[in-house]
Amino acid sequence: MKKTYQLDTLTCPSCTMKLEGMLKKTEGVLEYEVFFNTSKIKLEYDENVVDSETIKNRIAKLGFEVLKEK
Amino acid sequence: MTKLSKKNRVIIASVLVVISFILKELQGYAPITIAFMLGTTLVAGIPIFKNAFEALKYKIVGIDALVTIAVTGALFIGEYWEAAAVTFLFMLGDYLESRTIEKTRSSIRALLDLAPDTARVIREGQEIEVDPEDVLEGEIVLIKPGEKISVDGVIIEGNAYINQAAITGESLPVNRSVEDGVFSGTIVESGYLKVRADRVGDDTTFARILEMVEEAQDKKAKTQKFLEKFSRYYTPGIIVLATLLYLVTRDIVLSLTLLVIACPGALVISTPVSIVAGIGNGAKHGVLVKGGEIMEKLGKIKVLAFDKTGTLTLGKPMVTDVLAFGIEKDELLRVTALAESYSEHPLGRAIINYAKEELGEIQGSLEDAQIITGQGIKAKIEGKEYLIGNRRLLLDNGYKLDTYESILQEEEDIGQTAILIGLNMNVMGIIAIADIVREDAKDLIKNLKSLGIEKVVMLTGDNERAAKAISNELGIDEWYSELMPEDKVKAVITLQEKYGATAMVGDGVNDAPALASAELGIAIGGAGKDVAMETADVVLMSEEIKRLSHAIGLSRATVRNMKQNIYFAIGVAALLLLGVLVKTVNLSFGMLVHELSVLLVIINAVRLLGYGDKGFSKRKVMN
Repeated sequence: MKKTYQLDTLTCPSCTMKLEGMLKKTEGVLEYEVFFNTSKIKLEYDENVVDSETIKNRIAKLGFEVLKEK
Repeated sequence: MTKLSKKNRVIIASVLVVISFILKELQGYAPITIAFMLGTTLVAGIPIFKNAFEALKYKIVGIDALVTIAVTGALFIGEYWEAAAVTFLFMLGDYLESRTIEKTRSSIRALLDLAPDTARVIREGQEIEVDPEDVLEGEIVLIKPGEKISVDGVIIEGNAYINQAAITGESLPVNRSVEDGVFSGTIVESGYLKVRADRVGDDTTFARILEMVEEAQDKKAKTQKFLEKFSRYYTPGIIVLATLLYLVTRDIVLSLTLLVIACPGALVISTPVSIVAGIGNGAKHGVLVKGGEIMEKLGKIKVLAFDKTGTLTLGKPMVTDVLAFGIEKDELLRVTALAESYSEHPLGRAIINYAKEELGEIQGSLEDAQIITGQGIKAKIEGKEYLIGNRRLLLDNGYKLDTYESILQEEEDIGQTAILIGLNMNVMGIIAIADIVREDAKDLIKNLKSLGIEKVVMLTGDNERAAKAISNELGIDEWYSELMPEDKVKAVITLQEKYGATAMVGDGVNDAPALASAELGIAIGGAGKDVAMETADVVLMSEEIKRLSHAIGLSRATVRNMKQNIYFAIGVAALLLLGVLVKTVNLSFGMLVHELSVLLVIINAVRLLGYGDKGFSKRKVMN
């Protein structure tokens, strides 16, 4: 399953590092890329292991709002 | 508490911090003052603490971790005001930064806003409005004045003035009518169109430009990669350093202050904000620069190698001269155009177009025609047998050309192709055809030289004479003619070895290998030319080649802006450090300066958005 999340503005590259660290440790996330300048996350995950809600929750816990997804 | 919006949180914390400050001045550290200070710390600090904690779970030590430690420490030793001020300033800074940083991304936002939101199509004879994504290929789309075209396609009915700024950066409307191509994202200013949709949704040129611009912003510059690596080790390093400092000096305030001022905020953000503003500026001006690294390289180019046909020239042969001997010029044009209507040759097209412009619809009909490959055409019109073609064709058919030889020679010396028209062993006329040099090419080359480009070179598959003629006209330093695509690659590599960083500028499929092998590939007229657009590092969306000098100037301005930001950030950090060591900078003042420096860095980057607009200092452009 492939998804793109549009987050609210990322202001520091260390935000990117946080998100990358989280995605790396989230089981079921196969591939991910965090775009600082566009404040976007593109990822691919195994929907048998993890669902979009769980990932979005973890993003929210790090202090970022998911504005749009597709 | 966590449900508060960022804005409300800022407002509440601001009120609390002001009350705390007044109470502190009036009452000193009374219980009520401390209560307000703790309140401020909580309101402003909770998101920071939470983020720091969450990030720690994933083994990331970020800026918020530094702040959390510092604030906890401050509370621990009873510095309530410092704790309140630091959290407040950090939160306010972060809020303002996200607002300003949006600005650097605004050009791209503006581009996104240009995306069409509805499309009017004809289905089962009815006119209905649908989402542009739902238009099917081959459907007929209607566009009225003021509306956006939602697909890439061909006009099947109507005529309109179209603003193509979204694609080419050029806001002067262009006229388009039946059989012309139109692009999604462009706006019909006046007129009414029926367009057959050839490409829809994510396949349109506009959608792909957007995607490329978006991706480009996040292709990191070398400087940026370095800074990110640096900050990964830097933040934990600072914590270690602060601990050591405490162990040695036993001065907890000093150690905490070090934590706060050592936040690398301004430094890590210095490069990405400049790059994104630079790329945004380019997108606004019809120049697509595919990433930070390319942005850094573009300004350092020493040699520019141009393809000729379609790049320095329009790539469309046009009639430049008509000489008639013993026949009316119009009549000569009429018969030639009739004859050429049988051929598919681009030179023939040029004559037909010219004749239509001069005479309107061509009268008469072609009775018989025969193509003689590589030579021209034999045509029978109104009972007369004409021979239309090159020198070879007429010579082979027994014509004597001695008297015309000097005219032919002259035309060829200036890069023209001469078409001869013969009838009954007499030469009736000569039509000269040439690929016209782009109007702005001469200016471009002048501008490039003044930007300090060392060599401007032309690589062409065309013959020596044509290459020489155009090089002389444009002031090109070196030219290489009669090159096959693989020869262009070799030429580019040789240039790179000889002079250093070389950029190849081309327009078509045949240039793609050279674009790929050059230090930097630049494609012109990107809209609608897929291969060149994908292969190149820089794409000039419009046909205006003079934008290349804007691109190079912009690249240099961006790199300069980036350097200003880096030096400034390092300078401020050094001063703060010094201030901490001699104990003139305390916790909250350190935070204030730090946040201000981040804001200044962003604001400096925002300036780049105006580069090349009227009023932007000429001096800066020249440097």
